[in-house]
Amino acid sequence: MDIRQFGIESNRNSQTYMDRLNRELRFKRSDFIAHEARFVRWVFLICALVSILTTVGIVISLIIQAYGFFDTVSIWEFLTGLRWSPLLKPKSYGVLPLVSGTLLISVIAAFVALPIGLGTAIFLSEYAPNKVRRVIKPTLEILAGIPTVVYGYFALTFVTPVLQIVFPDMLVFNALSAGLVMGIMIIPMISSLSEDAMMSVPQSLRQGAYALGATKLEVSLRVVVPSALSGIVAAFILALSRAIGETMLVTIAAGATPRLTFNPLEGIQTMTAYIVQLSLGEAPHGSLEFNTIFAVALLLFVMTLCMNVLGHWVVRRWREEY
Amino acid sequence: MTNNRKDQFNQKLRLRKGIAKAFYFIFLLSILIGIGGLLLLLIQVLIEGLPWLSLHFLTDYPSRHPEQAGLKSALMGTIWIMTLTGLFTVPIGVSAAIYLEEYAPKNWSTQILEINLSNLAGVPSIVYGLLGLAVFVQLMSLGRTVLAGSLTLSLLVLPIVILASRESIRAVPSYYKEAAFALGADKWQVIKGVVLPVAFPGILTGTILAMSRAIGEAAPVIAISALVYLTFVPSSPLDRFTVLPIQIFNWVSRPQEDFQGLAAAGIIVLLTILLSMNAIAIYLRDKYQGKSAE
Repeated sequence: MDIRQFGIESNRNSQTYMDRLNRELRFKRSDFIAHEARFVRWVFLICALVSILTTVGIVISLIIQAYGFFDTVSIWEFLTGLRWSPLLKPKSYGVLPLVSGTLLISVIAAFVALPIGLGTAIFLSEYAPNKVRRVIKPTLEILAGIPTVVYGYFALTFVTPVLQIVFPDMLVFNALSAGLVMGIMIIPMISSLSEDAMMSVPQSLRQGAYALGATKLEVSLRVVVPSALSGIVAAFILALSRAIGETMLVTIAAGATPRLTFNPLEGIQTMTAYIVQLSLGEAPHGSLEFNTIFAVALLLFVMTLCMNVLGHWVVRRWREEY
Repeated sequence: MTNNRKDQFNQKLRLRKGIAKAFYFIFLLSILIGIGGLLLLLIQVLIEGLPWLSLHFLTDYPSRHPEQAGLKSALMGTIWIMTLTGLFTVPIGVSAAIYLEEYAPKNWSTQILEINLSNLAGVPSIVYGLLGLAVFVQLMSLGRTVLAGSLTLSLLVLPIVILASRESIRAVPSYYKEAAFALGADKWQVIKGVVLPVAFPGILTGTILAMSRAIGEAAPVIAISALVYLTFVPSSPLDRFTVLPIQIFNWVSRPQEDFQGLAAAGIIVLLTILLSMNAIAIYLRDKYQGKSAE
């Protein structure tokens, strides 16, 4: 091989054979490295595309299987029907009871988690000394890391019996208990995202307010919270989306009776709990009964997707740049 | 006149300070509710579960008789699933993170990748279960096996691993890389020789946390495995399986008091695994924190 092909002029007579050979080998090696670099670049790209494939896979598999369902039941009937009874006759495929059950749980969870999560975030960001924060933050992380079956167990065996003392006619499976525990579950999510937003509010804004004679509370509520509002709102939306998609907790504690009600003392069924119920059952794959879960999952996917997109959009759109 | 206004001001100031004080306790209370909830949960689980915890609980199969029941099949299933999920997720997740941090051009296609990732992280886990059911179980006809389950969970935790890996890759100081470039290394050599070793502890921590998320997931696995009563341990990736959260769910959903106790004992085992993984992750994070910034 002529080394001039690498664009190297050989130095007249001064190079021994070994020198040339060495140089040749080195360039071959760099050639190999270039190939390797190009190769790994493609491997990395493909790995990054796996995430795109996942999304495409979710959308396609849900749509294809749900199509088998919407072939028989019209989308209109599915979205507006008031009774959900795909397994028992007379069959009826109105998804609204599942949606209302899901929303009921989420609303109860929101009533618990929004004030408490925000209060926690304000305390951590504005009041807590560093030492306290360093203890409380990991504790909240543990709370966030506990599996949802465990929360379900807690709701069923502890919260429900306690609530039954207050409401003696409450059923064993009920929306209230599941919703309350769901609220506790999403507190860490709201507090950590909100706290991040509040911590990034510049100190000068606080100092300005203090200089005008504001109390700590006034600084927190009238300066810091409004400045961090986009982050806080996004935290709320993302946490609610999490609550809508949560599965095991509601399957265990909220019951399996699809019911169009806003009475939290009754048992309901959420969209996710229905999917689990049918997955556990013996409905044959490909049957209309079985395809209902894909229709419900598609609706669930669309709902959570909209909320997530909204949440991320709120952050980008209204972020205060300091 | 001025005195009167001063009085008014002072009165109002006292009120404002009083309210501020009251709210301090409200904020404190809200933290205590969160942490109190956690404590109540742990106490309840310990009280109910400890009497059921014994060695045979770990080495016996599930049974109709509560006093003989154990969670061997679920424990082994969880170990199988974790191992495979880790094997699938880590290489793909880290590679994707390297691409996004080091190679990806700043244009619309990269932005789509980013948006897609943040949305994937918000997809309910049960939806992943149905994806796995449709693609791995049915389309690729893997059946309700360990392999299908771990592939599904890999997709579920992939966004978490990518996110964590990206953060630790981004935290590698740029002068490390510049020094390597100055020595004539090309991009891939810099990544291989500098970026990955420095980012490794962070990647490891993120991976452990992602795995602990996967261990606790029941919903997607139920969609894949369905069966909740198994009296054998999977011996290959193509065997059927069950995992700890499903076994716990199975026990919780039985009306008898004894099974609730078993569920609590199962939860103790599950939480022990989870908390020790978290502890390892936190230990690693603290050990290596700031090292890359030196």
